[in-house]
Amino acid sequence: METIEHEVPNTGKTSLWKLFSAFMRIGAFTFGGGYAMLPMLERECVEKSGWVTHDELLDYFAIGQCTPGVIAVNTATFVGKKERGFFGALAATVGVVLPSFVIICVLTALLANFAELTPVKYALHGIRVAVGVLILNTVIKLVKEKIKDAAGYVLCIAAFLLVALPQTLGLPFRVSPVFVVIGAALIGVVRGLIARRGGGDK
Amino acid sequence: MNIFITLILEFFKIGLFAAGGGLATLPFLNAIADKYPWLSQELIGQMVALSESTPGPLGINMATYAGYMAGFNTYGRPIMGAATALTATASLVTPSFIVILIVSRVLDKYKSSPIVNDAFSSLRPAVAGLIAAAAWSVIGSTLFNFKAESFAGAFLLPEIALFAVMLVVTNLKPLKKLHPLVFIAFAAAAGIAIGYCGGWKGL
Repeated sequence: METIEHEVPNTGKTSLWKLFSAFMRIGAFTFGGGYAMLPMLERECVEKSGWVTHDELLDYFAIGQCTPGVIAVNTATFVGKKERGFFGALAATVGVVLPSFVIICVLTALLANFAELTPVKYALHGIRVAVGVLILNTVIKLVKEKIKDAAGYVLCIAAFLLVALPQTLGLPFRVSPVFVVIGAALIGVVRGLIARRGGGDK
Repeated sequence: MNIFITLILEFFKIGLFAAGGGLATLPFLNAIADKYPWLSQELIGQMVALSESTPGPLGINMATYAGYMAGFNTYGRPIMGAATALTATASLVTPSFIVILIVSRVLDKYKSSPIVNDAFSSLRPAVAGLIAAAAWSVIGSTLFNFKAESFAGAFLLPEIALFAVMLVVTNLKPLKKLHPLVFIAFAAAAGIAIGYCGGWKGL
């Protein structure tokens, strides 16, 4: 088995404050929500602290996609629960929500036209470029580390095309990621059954 | 009905039924705007703009904004806006918090089951594909103008240049380990500089 260089072994008990502050950083510095959060989550929860593995983070993302609520919040709840049970879940969830809450309240009260300000627009345009770069780096890393066989590449490319093509070509329909997640899970179960039956026949 | 009870019920419902991230809550908020005087379709437009211009999960930003408007427009005081914003946001998060706690417990129990492992072994490559699609939707819409008249006009050169520079910089050995927020801050500064030089034609 090859080991991934950034994965730190998880030693000892994490303090609730550490969970809270890590997720507060994640909440305060991700623009674009959901997937844009992944590079930050990788850094804080996998590489820096070893709270979860790359695999677990991806699993949480897949589950967060199918369960109700905001994906970023769902992932925070998962990581917190895994690390410190109920109160860990609470600390991580409040942490990821708090910056948004404070920023929106303050801006709505003081600067109603924040989104219309010229420097804000310019800065956000630059940030969008950076977010694209950061997610692309994450994708490259994921593909390199997580996809081990031809079937994996087929699944990855199929999932990409199903979601990206209708959007890019302006087709009148969209494929929900929820269906991709459920479909891929079913394919996995069927493949496993076939493999085990094949193994049993020998 | 008391505004706090209304918010608890409405946002609990959104938290329970809107699966698939921030923008999935939008149809629910549209329905709220039609039903109550404190939110309007016009405010929703501003809400989306503000939510996308500020950090944090989109769904949370939108719930906080809608909640704030509920209290502020009903009582006319910012402190009431903050109180109703807290109510709306907490109500939105609670259902998924409970669901994830349950799912997490179930997952722990069946973690070693071969069926669960098979499901996840195929899921991971598919999720990588989904994340690639998300990357493409950001990159495509930022670097290219698909509605351009000419072929050359479809390429937004300053955006592509900044993208290329950042792609190289973020992969340089000594800089690779920097926290992503360093790159976000750099890009924000570059964005302002390029904007004031008239570089953002695509904006």
